[in-house]
Amino acid sequence: MSDNALIKVTDLKKHYNGGEVKALDGVNCEIEKGEVVVVIGPSGSGKSTFLRSLNLLEIPTGGQIIFNGADITNPKTNINKHRQKMGMVFQHFNLFPNMTVLGNMTSAPIKILKKSKKEAEEKALELLDRVGLKDRAQAFPSQLSGGQKQRVAIVRALCMEPEVMLFDEPTSALDPEMVGEVLEVMKDLASQGMTMVVVTHEMGFAKEVGSRVIFFDEGIIQEEGTPEEIFLNPKGERLKSFLSKVLI
Amino acid sequence: MSVIIAEILAFFGEFKRIMIDGDRYKFILDGLKNTFVITLGALAIGIVIGIVVAAVRTSFDKNRESMKVRGGASYYLLAFFNALCKFYLTVTRGTPVVVQLMICYFVIFALADDGIPVAIFAFGINSGAYVAEIFRAGIMSIDHGQFEAGRSLGFNYFQTMRYIIIPQMFKAVLPTLCNEFIALLKETSVAGYVGVTDLTKAGNTIAGRMFSYFIPLLTVAVIYLIMVLILSSLVGKLERRLRKSER
Repeated sequence: MSDNALIKVTDLKKHYNGGEVKALDGVNCEIEKGEVVVVIGPSGSGKSTFLRSLNLLEIPTGGQIIFNGADITNPKTNINKHRQKMGMVFQHFNLFPNMTVLGNMTSAPIKILKKSKKEAEEKALELLDRVGLKDRAQAFPSQLSGGQKQRVAIVRALCMEPEVMLFDEPTSALDPEMVGEVLEVMKDLASQGMTMVVVTHEMGFAKEVGSRVIFFDEGIIQEEGTPEEIFLNPKGERLKSFLSKVLI
Repeated sequence: MSVIIAEILAFFGEFKRIMIDGDRYKFILDGLKNTFVITLGALAIGIVIGIVVAAVRTSFDKNRESMKVRGGASYYLLAFFNALCKFYLTVTRGTPVVVQLMICYFVIFALADDGIPVAIFAFGINSGAYVAEIFRAGIMSIDHGQFEAGRSLGFNYFQTMRYIIIPQMFKAVLPTLCNEFIALLKETSVAGYVGVTDLTKAGNTIAGRMFSYFIPLLTVAVIYLIMVLILSSLVGKLERRLRKSER
């Protein structure tokens, strides 16, 4: 198992106020290439902190994260190089409001990967076509609906050709009728073999697309397994009570 | 009616006698040029200083926690520069610009014979402090998510600042920056203290020679006002163009 691990997390800790608050309290986890790992749990359970630690948007206070064989928690590691290979999608999209859709998608490939403008735009248009937004290439983010914004945010991350995609509650800020279009794009991505870590409240997505489900509570992984194991055969009391609240 | 016309004609006659005869208007043109050069030079210096100081201050505020966790010398380096910037802001904003100008001219650059570069330097340093705080407020007003989006794409800290944050910041602070520009333009009127013939000094010179204050000073005031009006309308145009993306 460990030979194939793309991300290996060992005893990950994130403490605030000198240990008074423990957002993460010793998380161990391995993510293999091609897996779709869905992270669920009540709010404040540490699942978002866990996800944001994977690309060091949160700096852990202890433990180790190995990505592609490199210890990214080591301060000497150049995190910028590794972040290029980890796409991230945020709850609030975080598109750059002063750039067009195309500008949003091509700025990083041009400035970081030193691609030519033409090459970057071709790639961007191809991806936009895949998510059905080719005709909005010249639009500004403020002219898009929430669902469109999130689809642009996903393909913006894909423009860097990442090896893993991290989703931080990608549908939580959307109007209900727009959730589907975003999940559709994510399903499509999963079917193409992209490695994905998804923090979500969409249990349907977890059941249908997830290859593994991780249940977080109180800063640690309480339970993990296949969607069947987690949803049909939960073991711990915490998971049972969580599922009873979210599955109506 | 004819009385009013006579008054107006008399005013123009007086204006011609004081300002035009003997090519005295050339003082004004010369002063205007110097005011312009000093203001633009100082603004350029101020913006460069402002960006650097604002970047250091916000970097320290945003990253002190994570840098402490990560350890290393960079934290202490940044803390040192942050303290330096704070000192600069305190001193510069805490003393009058005329005093700073005179210290520059009579003490620091006592050997300089031309006051204009010294004035550009002094006003630039002074303006930099105010611009820095304007930029800092602008950077703080940008949603932190923008920053995270930039970093998550692989931009390093400075690239994120340069390509993502600062372009947005400029748009946000443009009205305030314009305000600072106007204030700076008028502040340069004290350049006469170090022997520079700026617009105000030019008016004052003519007034002194002709023993008549009203017309030269009125002329100077009107020219300042016109410059400010032109400036405001240019910035207004720029604002509208930048707002295009917010339709």
